[in-house]
Amino acid sequence: MWLFFHKLASPKYFYDIAGKLIPWLGGSCLIAMLAGLYLGLVVAPPDYQQGESYRIMFVHVPSAWMSLFIYVLMAVLSGINLIWNIKLADVMAGSSAAIGASFTFLALATGSLWGKPMWGAWWVWDARLTSELILLFLYLGYIALVSAIEDKRTAARAGGVLILVGVVNIPIIHYSVEWWNTLHQGPTVTKFDKPSIHPSMLIPLLIMALAFQLYYFTVVLMRARAEVLDRERRSAWVQELFGGSG
Amino acid sequence: MDAFYALLKRDLLLAFRHRGELANPLLFFMMVVTLYPLGVSPEVELLRRIAPGVIWIAALLAALFSLENLFRSDFEDGALEQMLLSAYPLSLLVLAKVLAHWLVSGLPMLLLAPLLGLLLSMPEKAIYALELTLGLGTPLLSLIGAIGVALTVGLRRGGILLTLLVLPLYIPVLIFATNAVTAASAGMPVSGQIYFLAALLVLALTLAPVAIAAALRISMS
Amino acid sequence: MPKCADAPPELAALDLECFRGDRLLFSGLNFRLRPGQLMQIEGANGSGKTSLLRILSGLSRPSEGEVHWRGRDILSQRSVYFSEMAYLGHSLGIKPELSAVENLRVALALAGVSFESADLYRALGAAGLDGSEDIPARSLSAGQKQRIAFARLLACSAILWVLDEPFTALDVTGIARLRGSLENHLDQGGMAVLTSHQAVHVRGDVVKLALTGMI
Repeated sequence: MWLFFHKLASPKYFYDIAGKLIPWLGGSCLIAMLAGLYLGLVVAPPDYQQGESYRIMFVHVPSAWMSLFIYVLMAVLSGINLIWNIKLADVMAGSSAAIGASFTFLALATGSLWGKPMWGAWWVWDARLTSELILLFLYLGYIALVSAIEDKRTAARAGGVLILVGVVNIPIIHYSVEWWNTLHQGPTVTKFDKPSIHPSMLIPLLIMALAFQLYYFTVVLMRARAEVLDRERRSAWVQELFGGSG
Repeated sequence: MDAFYALLKRDLLLAFRHRGELANPLLFFMMVVTLYPLGVSPEVELLRRIAPGVIWIAALLAALFSLENLFRSDFEDGALEQMLLSAYPLSLLVLAKVLAHWLVSGLPMLLLAPLLGLLLSMPEKAIYALELTLGLGTPLLSLIGAIGVALTVGLRRGGILLTLLVLPLYIPVLIFATNAVTAASAGMPVSGQIYFLAALLVLALTLAPVAIAAALRISMS
Repeated sequence: MPKCADAPPELAALDLECFRGDRLLFSGLNFRLRPGQLMQIEGANGSGKTSLLRILSGLSRPSEGEVHWRGRDILSQRSVYFSEMAYLGHSLGIKPELSAVENLRVALALAGVSFESADLYRALGAAGLDGSEDIPARSLSAGQKQRIAFARLLACSAILWVLDEPFTALDVTGIARLRGSLENHLDQGGMAVLTSHQAVHVRGDVVKLALTGMI
């Protein structure tokens, strides 16, 4: 088992294994996405409170879950990189950043779209949306820091410290924003109350969450493979792959 | 501990020899606060309502402004390298630097704040709360901000990047501090918010120096 | 100060590799340095001399390989290594607003050396800085600033000296003084690694390492 992880840390082995996994992950993602969208948009009944517009939750909620999941995963990968100096961990963390930021942005955009028909405003300072916005800043800060540092390994380590500090702060930020929100509650009560979860709504939601997970893993492996090729471009196996004149 | 005191004394001595520049962050603090009555409205009731937020946001920005130079001159003349090569734990040395910085930049903000409170027509109870939150909050701003400074120390135009990295981390401090002051204006209890700030400060005192030291080693490698 | 007296003092480089951006500076670098030995690193500008010194001093990390002191990786025993090694880089670590004495006082405190005020003046004197100990360092010449750093070297109890271009900016007397101190240091069982543009002949067990600047 340990040997498996040790081998996995080797860039060439990772490149091969990831290459084999991607079509499977991609295929399952497509299936899950279609199933989830069909069940969510067509089969599930309209909500008694919100009518048809609640359906955006099938994209909004999984996006928000992914945005947080990816951040925490990046923190774990960065921790591994900082402690054991494993190159692959830093490649994975770096490749995940843009995906995580995109999910965060998607969550914000869908949150905004959800709010418009309900409350007439494109943006409300709801606790969850505000926390999501701050998470977006945390992602953008990470991306900005990593791009500003020339040496990739140093950049990954610096980003790692930033993400670990961020991950400690996330519960604090979340709690603070919740608390702030309860103080400033207007007459309208919690805006994005999920409708009481009926199985016909829960199942598509979970399927969409799975689809987004598969999407993440497909894309991150693709990006990581490209990054590995770039970093290892001088090594023998990469030269061989591209005919030796790279 | 000798190295801790030696470094603390050194930084205080250096600040003293640059005493002409010490006032700059304070002037910045004051100017930002002054912009609000000019840009929004000088109406007393409005100013009184927004005062806690205005003063605290100005304090955040002034703290970032003064933190930028925390490691810069040491980086440029090689003193930072020697700190990294000290036999003493870097987190301890870093704490000495942050303490010196706070004494020179943070503490004066506490002295200036009541004046700014008066400019914004804050009631007396609120000013006391303001002082208390600044007393707990400014060390927090120095500690958290120093992490960002350490991560960006070698970078050109690190200033803007620093702001982007650190402001999200300042938000909890902002929320609880401003709320404490607002609650105090209304005569309501503030112990909850104050305990929260104190807890954050303890957390920062234990964890931030480690993060700052790690960030410095990475930036200098 | 913690002292690890398990293994005898020896500096070892194991398979060191260093990249600067896209350029490979050196790879597969191996050597061992024992007490009484001086290693002189030669190479053209940009061949990685400073990078190597920074890796040996523990400031930078190599892209591959390890540096060992007394048989253990330096990164796992920072406190011990730093108390037995002194590094003199391009930027001397001298604060221009402080005087030579004030600079030396802080430098020795950071190095964990206990001293009295008289010791500071004595060290500065031995380094060749007489009479200018109390004026701000910004008013001193480059050579004089070099001597403050030199005084730190003399006053601390480091076994290994890692020196980046220590002879630059020194005049003839300065060079002679430094050479004498190096020879003294080696005689007493110390070790040194240095880079130098000029050919300076230090009496003793000198090992040369040439960085050829690989593409």
